[in-house]
Amino acid sequence: MASRGICDRVAIVGMGCTVFGEHWDRGTDDLLVEAVGAATQSTSIAIDDIDAFWLGTYMSGVSGLTLSRPLRIRDKPVSRVENMCVTGSEALRGAAYAVASGAYDMAMAVGVEKLKDSGYSGLTRQSIPGDGTGGTLGTTTAPANFSLLAPAYSRKYGVDEDQLKEVFTRIAWKNHKNGSRNPRAQFRKEVARTTIARSPLVAGNLGVFDCSGVSDGAAAAIVVRAEDAYRYTKRPLFVKALSFVSGAADGNIDPNYDFTTFPEVEASAKEAYRQAGVSDPRAQIAMAEVHDCFTVTELVLMEDLGFAPRGTAWKDVLAGAFDLDGTLPVNPDGGLKAFGHPVGASGLRMLYECWLQLRGEAPEERSIPSTGKTMGLTHNLGGGPGECVSFVSIVGTERP
Amino acid sequence: MTGLLSYGSYIPYHRLRRSDMQAALGASGGRGSRAVASYDEDVVSMGVEAGSAALQGQRGLPERLYFATSFPPYLDKTNAAVLHAALGLDRAALAVDMAGSPRSAIGALLAASEARVPALAVVADIRTGLPGSSDEREGGDAAAAFLFGRGTSETPELATVLAFASTTEEFLERWRTPGEKASHTWEERFAEHVYRPLAEDAFTTSLKAADLAPGQIDHLVVSGLATRAVRQFAQASGVRPEAVVDNLADRIGNPGAAQPGILLAAALDRAGAGENVALVHLADGASAMLMRTTEHLLSRRSSTGVSGQADGPHGELSYITFLTWRGMLDREPPRRPEPDPPAAPPTRRSAGYKLAFQAARCDACGAVNVPPGKVCFACSAVDQMSRLSLRDTPATVATFTVDRLAFTPSPPMVAVVVDFDGGGRFRCELADAAPADAHIGLRVGLTFRRLLTADGVHNYFWKARPLRTDETRL
Repeated sequence: MASRGICDRVAIVGMGCTVFGEHWDRGTDDLLVEAVGAATQSTSIAIDDIDAFWLGTYMSGVSGLTLSRPLRIRDKPVSRVENMCVTGSEALRGAAYAVASGAYDMAMAVGVEKLKDSGYSGLTRQSIPGDGTGGTLGTTTAPANFSLLAPAYSRKYGVDEDQLKEVFTRIAWKNHKNGSRNPRAQFRKEVARTTIARSPLVAGNLGVFDCSGVSDGAAAAIVVRAEDAYRYTKRPLFVKALSFVSGAADGNIDPNYDFTTFPEVEASAKEAYRQAGVSDPRAQIAMAEVHDCFTVTELVLMEDLGFAPRGTAWKDVLAGAFDLDGTLPVNPDGGLKAFGHPVGASGLRMLYECWLQLRGEAPEERSIPSTGKTMGLTHNLGGGPGECVSFVSIVGTERP
Repeated sequence: MTGLLSYGSYIPYHRLRRSDMQAALGASGGRGSRAVASYDEDVVSMGVEAGSAALQGQRGLPERLYFATSFPPYLDKTNAAVLHAALGLDRAALAVDMAGSPRSAIGALLAASEARVPALAVVADIRTGLPGSSDEREGGDAAAAFLFGRGTSETPELATVLAFASTTEEFLERWRTPGEKASHTWEERFAEHVYRPLAEDAFTTSLKAADLAPGQIDHLVVSGLATRAVRQFAQASGVRPEAVVDNLADRIGNPGAAQPGILLAAALDRAGAGENVALVHLADGASAMLMRTTEHLLSRRSSTGVSGQADGPHGELSYITFLTWRGMLDREPPRRPEPDPPAAPPTRRSAGYKLAFQAARCDACGAVNVPPGKVCFACSAVDQMSRLSLRDTPATVATFTVDRLAFTPSPPMVAVVVDFDGGGRFRCELADAAPADAHIGLRVGLTFRRLLTADGVHNYFWKARPLRTDETRL
């Protein structure tokens, strides 16, 4: 048995993405209608042309009706999928595999989340009747779960706490700077490093500015067979790799896990690189959209995704390697940090930035350097250190 | 005839200075400190701590458990059943509450000492009062446990019960209706007047039964919440003044139903072999219990003891935090959803893990699985697990964080990942510690706590707590 991938068998030919942020005046339905409309209008496709839909939402609705009702989609299959923060990418997987299988000519992946209606700070979890022991993730919040990485990384690689804080600050500063050039981002202002560094602590040494924005938003992508792609757009985005790992959730059980890595991310990245034929991601990838739910996460991801050797990514961060004009731009759209994180939409929002950047549609002030590289990577993570789901996609403009 | 086989005590980590309480209310003075149960402790969790201290190293487990308190977390539902589960007692063991008044403590001690099977008496209390009251100031929180049974060569008697006598009288001295946050008392001089003959009668009758004179008592414990009456009886008892056991009021306060237990434990901690110990408890009458220690007491009692806990490392608490913990000050909660209560069926299914911290060791590869699962995380063997209790196994902090966003009655939450000596990893909260105390490599032990109460359901589970430098529990 083997994982074979669907390299170059499907392409993305249309995409849409709403502004992410606090949409006090707009509901889930409004966001869905806008994202779906933007995707169909980005190419010459009518919604009736689409044969099947995959809707990703973490907790803003249940069942396919969440999409078919507001859009009045009739007599079509709509699957609602959920995989924590990987939910948007999970919708893409469904749509891409459905088209690759030959079951449908055209499918749409949609992701949506309306977080700001809850009234709470940060993300909340769906309540499932339990025994009160909190499972292996405990009763801590997401920032606390990810902040467990910091002391472990600090100790293993001999980076002192202050230096590590400087690295986190550099990541937040970079993502805010990128976001300031993105009209769809939740936060569109550059933030001074001193402001970031001095922001009130949320968990461990992560301050408010080390955490991604809680927001509302939606994004959508239209998937067709690769051979049909040029019928809809001059510049399709071919899917080179889709890889996904649901971990054994043993990091909080197994004393051998050291909290300086996400083994699930490393495994999903390796598989994606294999599918896409990438041997040196740092050199071959034009840009990466990674799951920077917290600054410490982005640091560790640089190593898990193979962009930097273990224990060294912090130096690359400080040297600006992942800046917009760096050797490998990471989160050129501002990332979860500045673009915001409406859970179910985030995976497709990352894809949307690849759609803009690789096809030369990103605004000039946010464009990645022209290097001739054609591949972009998106990475999506759900859960936390020791217990997570991880998704990696590679898309590219190079014609099969 | 049964005797005392072992005993243990528990004094919570936190102390509140009486001068701080006075100052906060604009008054002056206040001597010493009172012990304060943490926000995540109650009489049940403290009772579990005292009970495990008493049962440590015991070959046989008690077949009866009597739990006495004036402050039961549950009505209608047996609180002793939680202790029964957390202490890992046999299903056939009876566990019952004797709840409601400080006098219940004597009932538990007597019932355990007179049982024909090994029996454990656990006494625990949390004392509250309205802000500024003497109950609030003079009260304390603590627990103690005593295992009685027939001595064997392996588990010899540490003390023999010589006699018991009691008087009972109905009078309005101290009372509280269910749900009230504080007690009412009549004036103290009335209590003094009524208690004096009651205590003298009980004490004299017990001495007669044991054929002893007051002068032959080597350690006299007098307990009760009517302070003047207690002091007055101790002076008038005829027992040598130096034999009267210090009531620890300056250091921990008066822990109500737990006071006779804590002070009896303190007396036993210091007693020599073949000495006479008297316990006189004044509450709605008076009861006297006489014991004579054996030569086994000296080698078998805990090295820490009550004074080790009363004077050992502790955390200073602010009066504002104390008021918050006791529900006297309703503070703004974080903007987070309130936690859900545990559901009954899953809680019952995982009771061995949740309450007794029964983990599992994989028979195929030896990996320790916490919580126990069907499939081993290390070798994927299915259903090849043996039970393994980790409740007394020390552990080391692998990583940690301070969660300033999480819902907790006492923010911020300190969370740790701990690795047990000999295998097994557990992620939990760090109790009795400040954020600055958490570091990689910190040595910890488990402690039974009430994590939260939601919809009237108390959620008991385990946390880690720093160990002392000599690896004993705090």
